[in-house]
Amino acid sequence: MKIYEYSEKKDTRSGFGDGLTELGKSNPNVVALCADLTGSLKMNEFKKNHPERFFQVGVAEANMIGIAAGLTIGGKIPFTGTFANFSTGRVYDQIRQSIAYSGKNVKICASHAGITLGEDGATHQILEDIGMMKMLPGMTVINTCDYNQTKAATIAIANYKGPVYLRFGRPKVPVFTPENQNFEIGKAIQLQDGKDVTIIATGHLVWESLEAAKILYKKGVSVDVINIHTIKPLDQDAIIKSVNKTGCVVTAEEHNYMGGLGESVSRVLASNSPAPQEFVAINDTFGESGTPAQLMEKYGLSANSIVEKAERVLKRK
Amino acid sequence: MIDINHLEELTTQVRRDILRMVHKVNSGHPGGSLGCSEFVVSLFNVIMKRNDGFKMDGHNEDIFFLSNGHISPVFYSVLARSNYFDISELNTFRLINSRLQGHPTTHEGLPGVRVASGSLGQGLSVAIGASHSKKLNNDSNLIYSLHGDGELQEGQNWEAIMYASAKNIDNIIATIDVNGQQIDGSTSDVIDMGDLKSKFESFGWIVCKIDQGNDIQSIINGMKEAKSKTGKNKPVCVLLKTVMGNGVDFMMHTHEWHGKAPNDEQLETALNQNPETLGDY
Repeated sequence: MKIYEYSEKKDTRSGFGDGLTELGKSNPNVVALCADLTGSLKMNEFKKNHPERFFQVGVAEANMIGIAAGLTIGGKIPFTGTFANFSTGRVYDQIRQSIAYSGKNVKICASHAGITLGEDGATHQILEDIGMMKMLPGMTVINTCDYNQTKAATIAIANYKGPVYLRFGRPKVPVFTPENQNFEIGKAIQLQDGKDVTIIATGHLVWESLEAAKILYKKGVSVDVINIHTIKPLDQDAIIKSVNKTGCVVTAEEHNYMGGLGESVSRVLASNSPAPQEFVAINDTFGESGTPAQLMEKYGLSANSIVEKAERVLKRK
Repeated sequence: MIDINHLEELTTQVRRDILRMVHKVNSGHPGGSLGCSEFVVSLFNVIMKRNDGFKMDGHNEDIFFLSNGHISPVFYSVLARSNYFDISELNTFRLINSRLQGHPTTHEGLPGVRVASGSLGQGLSVAIGASHSKKLNNDSNLIYSLHGDGELQEGQNWEAIMYASAKNIDNIIATIDVNGQQIDGSTSDVIDMGDLKSKFESFGWIVCKIDQGNDIQSIINGMKEAKSKTGKNKPVCVLLKTVMGNGVDFMMHTHEWHGKAPNDEQLETALNQNPETLGDY
C-alpha cells in the first residue's frame, strides 16, 4: 500500500488562481472575467498583472457568459470565474446556447462547489452542477482534488480547444498530489492498487478515499483507489479494468448522487461489466449551514462513510 | 455610388426567398424577417466592411450578430446572396440534415454564422465580447448586432446595456428592430417597454433613430450617422422603426405572421406583390 502524506493544506481555488497567473504570463490570448468575486476566486494577481485582459462584469453572470463566448471570436481564451452555483444553474441556458451548442472555447471555472462551501448554506451550495454540465454535448467536466492538481488542470485546459467546466472548492484540503504534475484531461489516476474493492472518487473526496483505504487496509481489505478528475470524458478503460479485478465499486463525490460521477460509472459498468456499486454522495437533498467538516460528516461524505459503503458492497459481491 | 435601385431589387428577391422558404416547410418566422429585409440587405451590401470568404475570427472586417435568431430566413437569404454559400441551399431550410436550422447555429458549420441564437436576449453580451476581442487585437473594425424589441424584455440585455457604457465600449452598433409586435400581441399590450430612447440614453448609450426602417436610403443615412458616432467612448444604439411583414399587404401591421407560414394561395398572392428580380433559388 502506498503512503500518502501531506505537509500542508491549501484551497483548490488558490490552485486555480496561481494557474491563471502562470497562464497570464505564458499565453497572451488568455483573458479572464469575474462577476464580483475576484478575491474569492483568487484572480487578483492576474487582474494586477494584466488589467487589459481582465474583465470585471459585476453581479451579472448571464452577461459574463455571453461576453466570454464573444471573446473567443478573435482568438481569445476566456476563463470565467464565480461560485459554482452562479457558474452553472444561474446561467444554464446561456452556457447551453452561446458556449456549448456554439462550440466556443470558454473555460467556466467554478469555485465554492458542493457542501464544503460551508456556512453560507444551501442557497450557495450547489450539488447538481456536475449533472447539468455533463449533460451538455461537447462539454468537458473536471473536478480536481487538491491545490497542485487544480493548478495543473487550469494550465492544461488553456491548451485544449473546446468548452470546459472546471470545478473546485473553498476549504483548505490536504495537498498530496505532485507539484508541477502533468495534467492529462480524461485520464484517471491510480492511487492505490488493491484487489477486493474499487473506490472511484473525485474532488475533495479523493483524500477521504485514501483515508478510507488506510482504515480498510487495517481491517484486511485491499483497496483500489482511482482519482477521477475528469468526469467527462470519463476514463472508461480504467474503471472497467479495476472493477474487473475487484468485482465491486464505491463511488465518492461531493454532489447529488443523481447526475454525478457515480451514475456515470454505473452506466459504464452496466454496459460493459456489471458489478455491485455503492454511492457516497448527497442523498438528493439540499445542504445547510455548518463548518465543512461538520457537513461532510452529517451528509455522509467522510472517510468513515466510504469505509461503511465499502463493507456493504463487499457483502454484495 | 450606391445603386438604390439594385438594393431594392435585391430586397424584393430576399422577400421572395423568405416567403418560399417558410411556405415549403410550413413553419418559420416570416413577419420579422420581412420587416428587417431592407435593413439586413443594406447592412451587408453597403454598411459593413466584409472580407471574401468566411473566417470565424473575422479579423480586419466588421462582424454581425443576429440576436433574435427566429428571423433566420432573412439572415440566410442575405448570407446566400452575399456569397457565403450557394442560394440553392436555401431549399434545405428547416429540413433534416440541413445547415439551415430553424434558428441559426455554428453547429453545422454554416458560413456567416458566428454564434447560435434563438433563445432570446443573449446576442448583445456575445457582441460585446467580440468587441473586446477586436480592441485587444488592435482591429478598428466594428461589431453590428440586431435585436427584436420584444427581446428587450429579457433581463440579460439590461446587464449588457449597463456593462457596455460602464466599460466605454465604442466599437459596437446595436440595432433594435422596433416593430412593436411580439408573439402574443403588440409590445405595448404584452409588456409596455416605455420610451426606449430615454432608457438607452439613461444607460449611457448614444441613440440614433431610423424612423423609416423599411426605406433603404433612410437606413443607409441612419447607419452612416451611427457609424460616425462610434469611437467616442460610448456604445451606439439604433432604434429602427419597421413594419412587421413589410412588402406583403396582408402580413403587415400585425403580430399574426410572427411565426406562421402562408398557405399555397397566400404564397401566390404574396409573391405576386413581390415579382422576381434577380432570380429565385
